[in-house]
Amino acid sequence: MSTASTSAPAGQARAGSGPVLEVDDLRVQFRTDSGLVNAVNGVSYTVSAGETLAILGESGSGKSVSAQAIMGILDMPPAEITSGRIMFEGRDLLTVSPEEQRKVRGPGISMIFQDALSSLNPVYSVGYQIGEMFRAHRGMSRKDAKKQAVELMDRVRIPAAAQRVNDYPHQFSGGMRQRVMIAMAIALDPRILIADEPTTALDVTVQAQVMDLLKDLQRDTGMGLVLITHDLGVVNEVADNVAVMYAGRIVERGTVDDVFGNPAHPYTEGLMSSIPQVEAKGGRLQPIGGQPPNLANIPSGCPFHPRCPKRRTGADALPGRHCAEDVPPLRLVVPGREAACHYSEEVLGV
Amino acid sequence: MGRYVARRLLLTIPVLLGASFLIFAMVYALPGNPIRALAGDRPVSPAVVEVLTERFHLNDPLWVQYWEYLKNLFSGDLGTDFRGRPVIDTIERTLPVTIKLTAVAIVFEAIIGIIAGVLAGIRRNSFFDNLVLVSTTVIVSIPILVLAFIAQLALGLKLGWFPIAGTREGLYSYILPGLVLASGSLAYVARLTRTSIAENMRADYVRTARAKGLPNRTVIVRHTLRNSLIPVVTFIGADIGSLLGGAIVTETVFNLPGIGREVFDSVRSQEGAVVVGIVTLMVFFFIFFNLVVDVLYAVLDPRIRYD
Repeated sequence: MSTASTSAPAGQARAGSGPVLEVDDLRVQFRTDSGLVNAVNGVSYTVSAGETLAILGESGSGKSVSAQAIMGILDMPPAEITSGRIMFEGRDLLTVSPEEQRKVRGPGISMIFQDALSSLNPVYSVGYQIGEMFRAHRGMSRKDAKKQAVELMDRVRIPAAAQRVNDYPHQFSGGMRQRVMIAMAIALDPRILIADEPTTALDVTVQAQVMDLLKDLQRDTGMGLVLITHDLGVVNEVADNVAVMYAGRIVERGTVDDVFGNPAHPYTEGLMSSIPQVEAKGGRLQPIGGQPPNLANIPSGCPFHPRCPKRRTGADALPGRHCAEDVPPLRLVVPGREAACHYSEEVLGV
Repeated sequence: MGRYVARRLLLTIPVLLGASFLIFAMVYALPGNPIRALAGDRPVSPAVVEVLTERFHLNDPLWVQYWEYLKNLFSGDLGTDFRGRPVIDTIERTLPVTIKLTAVAIVFEAIIGIIAGVLAGIRRNSFFDNLVLVSTTVIVSIPILVLAFIAQLALGLKLGWFPIAGTREGLYSYILPGLVLASGSLAYVARLTRTSIAENMRADYVRTARAKGLPNRTVIVRHTLRNSLIPVVTFIGADIGSLLGGAIVTETVFNLPGIGREVFDSVRSQEGAVVVGIVTLMVFFFIFFNLVVDVLYAVLDPRIRYD
């Protein structure tokens, strides 16, 4: 298994021509009966060809919603994209017509989901569902599309693809089903693949196989991979860069080595000390105190301040850097490192 | 699948035997004398009564009567009524009426019900959706008898669009009774379709279909409708079985000589052979169409296998 340190330069080497996907100040709200829920609050990131960007965050941090906004598959209403730009190949996907947006899904950006069983239609064979990509986007005949489906199933290493092409999703194991999803997503050689918790529903050995497959496919095609996960181990193994999300914002961004090695945000720090370490066997895990934020009522100032062990309020706070009042912007702390904390330098220890 | 169907068909034999015996026993238990009922007010000579009683085994115990009936049945004879008309002729005369009525009702139920349900389900909370919700509630709350008279009065008498009763205008005379008969199921089909569509629209695989960049039409028709209609199709299939059982109220109000009305008349005149013959046929239809539904279910949903 390649580690981040060896795959990062390789990813950056292919990145030459600038970012393929550029998300800028994306904001998404949900109108619910209990009021306005601010799910995504100004998220910006870029993904280059061959790069793997991990978006890390707990449930409700807005990582899936932002991905669905990029795909244009949010249910609107209740969701509403209130501002932002999603630049893909020079066009803002939020301003093009729905038909143009649809044509991007599949050949441009595609997505795989967490639960492959419920994400595949139970009444169509997997071959049919993979073949649909070719029929919808390339006008291929049903027969040719099925041939392509067999090739793709081979490519994602589903054994006996030619025999299994007419099988239905429920006849496959969990890992094989996720491979079917991947085959579908990479069918038209997308420039960007968004993987929303692709291995969460799988057991550990199968997780590793699926991640290996994704990395191999990325190496072959040079696609950018956006990996949405809450699994720090997966991030550590496959990602080049990582963006940590909290309460719909990115609170820290940098290379995996930097962020994991020396967090610049107290939330990231908390995440790091809450994972089991082989070296620290026998020691107690340190959970992050308090509750995840209520997105209908996000705390003032830094959204993390009620749980932050390093917050400075009252007399401690520097002018304009009051944790409970001033919202910390995502700013460059040291070259290559961004964090949204008033006191990142102290957290980093620089 | 073939073995499953064969097993199910074999199972219908004991069910039909049991059903026919139960009906037989119930007719046997009816108070009064059918011969006297046949004669009405006119006097009947004791000799005639005796001959008829002998011929129809009316004085024998239940088991003997039923055994005689079964013996005839297996030689292909459904028996005769007390006037000597073969029951098979009665069925041949009345069944086509009920089949036509059922066909018209099912067509209404399927077409109007599904279209209304789909449109309401796709655009939830729209004006049309609310219209469907309110109108189906109203339809389900009105007894079919009242509905039939309203239809006759409004569409038949006042507007003059449809004949009010009888079968003289061919299939056209079945439209109004068909609509009335279908109304309850139609409302149910519309509701069922609406719920099913609304549920499927939120399904993960529909989200996947959108993420694949499929055209909206494909997402709706192939990935939402197809899955949503499975319960609807099976309900309609089972409903054919029940509607073929005849609709006593509808057939009576619209004066259609179908099997529902025939069996009702036969119960009143204690025509045991007719009642047993027709009701057993109804039971058979019901079982048969339920089997069809089960087979259809496996065809529509690949997750269901009977082998």
